[in-house]
Amino acid sequence: MEFLLEPLEYEFFRHGLLAALMVGSLCGVIGVYVILRGMSYVGHGLSHAAFGGAVVGFTLNFNFYAGAGAMGLLAALLINRITRNGKIKSDAAIGIVTTAMFALGVIIISRVRTFTQSFEAALFGNILGITGEDLLVIGLVTASTMTAMFFMYRPLLFSTFDNEAARVFGIRTGIVQLIFSMLLTLSIIASMNVVGVTMIAATLIAPAVTARMMTDSFSRMLIYSTIMGAITGVAGMYLSYILNAASGATIVLFGALLFCLSLLIKFIREKFMLRVNLHRHGDLIHTHPHGQGHGVPNDRPENGKTNADQPAQENR
Amino acid sequence: MSSAVYLSNVTAGYAHNVVFTRLSLEIGAGRFAGIVGPTGCGKTTLLKTILGTHPVFSGSVLLNGQPVDSVPPGAIGYVPQLGSVDWSFPVTVEEVIMMGLYTNRRIWPWASKEERERIHDLAHRLGIYDCLQHHIVHTSGGQRQRAFLARALINNPKLLVLDEPTSGVDIKTQHEVLHLLGDINNDGITILLTTHDLNAVASHLPWVICFNHGIVAQGKPRDIFTNEILTRTYGGDLVIVRHEGHYLIANNTPLHLTSGLS
Ligand SMILES: Nc1ncnc2c1ncn2[C@@H]1O[C@H](COP(=O)(O)OP(=O)(O)O)[C@@H](O)[C@H]1O
Ligand SMILES: [Mg+2]
Repeated sequence: MEFLLEPLEYEFFRHGLLAALMVGSLCGVIGVYVILRGMSYVGHGLSHAAFGGAVVGFTLNFNFYAGAGAMGLLAALLINRITRNGKIKSDAAIGIVTTAMFALGVIIISRVRTFTQSFEAALFGNILGITGEDLLVIGLVTASTMTAMFFMYRPLLFSTFDNEAARVFGIRTGIVQLIFSMLLTLSIIASMNVVGVTMIAATLIAPAVTARMMTDSFSRMLIYSTIMGAITGVAGMYLSYILNAASGATIVLFGALLFCLSLLIKFIREKFMLRVNLHRHGDLIHTHPHGQGHGVPNDRPENGKTNADQPAQENR
Repeated sequence: MSSAVYLSNVTAGYAHNVVFTRLSLEIGAGRFAGIVGPTGCGKTTLLKTILGTHPVFSGSVLLNGQPVDSVPPGAIGYVPQLGSVDWSFPVTVEEVIMMGLYTNRRIWPWASKEERERIHDLAHRLGIYDCLQHHIVHTSGGQRQRAFLARALINNPKLLVLDEPTSGVDIKTQHEVLHLLGDINNDGITILLTTHDLNAVASHLPWVICFNHGIVAQGKPRDIFTNEILTRTYGGDLVIVRHEGHYLIANNTPLHLTSGLS
């Protein structure tokens, strides 16, 4: 217990912990939609563009966050424009646009060596560097993004699952996509100084894929992912303190560890379920493993029966 | 009888690909009609045009006498082609059905008591109550079709549109689905579906529209399933084998699958 309380005596750690908690849960929520909408690479790219923007903003003597936001927006618009006629796919457009913007930032830094230090935080994340201003920005972004996501739950879920049908059912999918992209950009910029642009993609993805291994229900996945994200942020912070290592890297590693654990648990559960079913049916004919996540469409009456054996789950 | 669907002189397609030109089509309220034609002939594009999710180059689309973009959401039920659904997506059958209710203005994520009752009633009626909590991938073909049907029916629409509802499921399920749709049609709901299957599906429908980048013919199957019309629809040389009121449509040019191997 002692070793958990000890670092809390330092203000920099309290700031860092609070920031990691907020960023972790924020990435947990938004990451669910990122992986389900197939936008992992968008997140990766936008963070790199934002880094370039932050450097440019800093050099031109206006705000770091404003520069990052402007460049992120510009990147999104450019990618949209390049892919419009269908000749170039979005992953290629993301690759060229955002890496070029990142390169612009790198050039400026390498030319003006005096402020190299402060951008290392933006690249790899740095817990020592969380200022009051950072906390304020992260807090505002987390609160507003979470509120928006909460009230947009229905249109967001429907358009993520089945965009075409969502439109028939009267959901303005274009606006939903636009708002989501804006929230994603905001979240990335807010997370930049905590985990670093090179680590943001994994911070977004890890809690969501872990939650996916734990449940088949969307609403539960969203809740689990938020909790996983928060745990990852906090645990990663302590790890960073104990190991004296970069916070972004420890957060990402801890997230990956949780994912491995969920894979292992699923593997063991499937083995165990198979054994139980063999036992129950008493012969070797029914040897199909149950609870497989991804199957081909077919009739599985056996599966239906065993599921019905379990007490009906009451949702929420 | 007013018309449920009314297209006049509609031209639609994609950037470098006009799928049909100056198409006019009227489907009366209460009908059970199927659009039949080969794969790639534009059936899905036509459905999306009718649903208002695909822009038209010219012409007008009216549903129940109203321009398609002013039809209130929920007045049309839509079942997408099951092949286009992402089956690994983390949703339960209940969550799928609930999406149909997202047309209302409720902003809270969870279902209200009244919404939950509506979902449970409909699930009972369609025989999928027991699998409400199952993940969609763990359901049978028939249950999947019913789940998406429930989503489409939950707002009590006047018009139900289904894209290839009978493809990708076995023959028994095909029959169940067609029977179920017949019952729904008997309740007064206009049904429009697409199919590329002449024998198992189209020949059982009360009204068929033969389609291939435009309307070839429409009417009752026994009136319009002639060699000439089917050949114009499918492009190949088809023959119709009639036997005691049943018929089977077959390709007239025999396949020689081994010929290319020797
Ligand atoms: N998104 C698209 N962009 C360009 N062409 C398309 C698109 N979708 C379909 N097509 C083309 O339009 C034609 C009609 O397709 P579709 O309506 O899907 O036919 P069907 O549903 O009868 O199989 C095809 O030639 C197809 O290649
Ligand atoms: Mg089609």
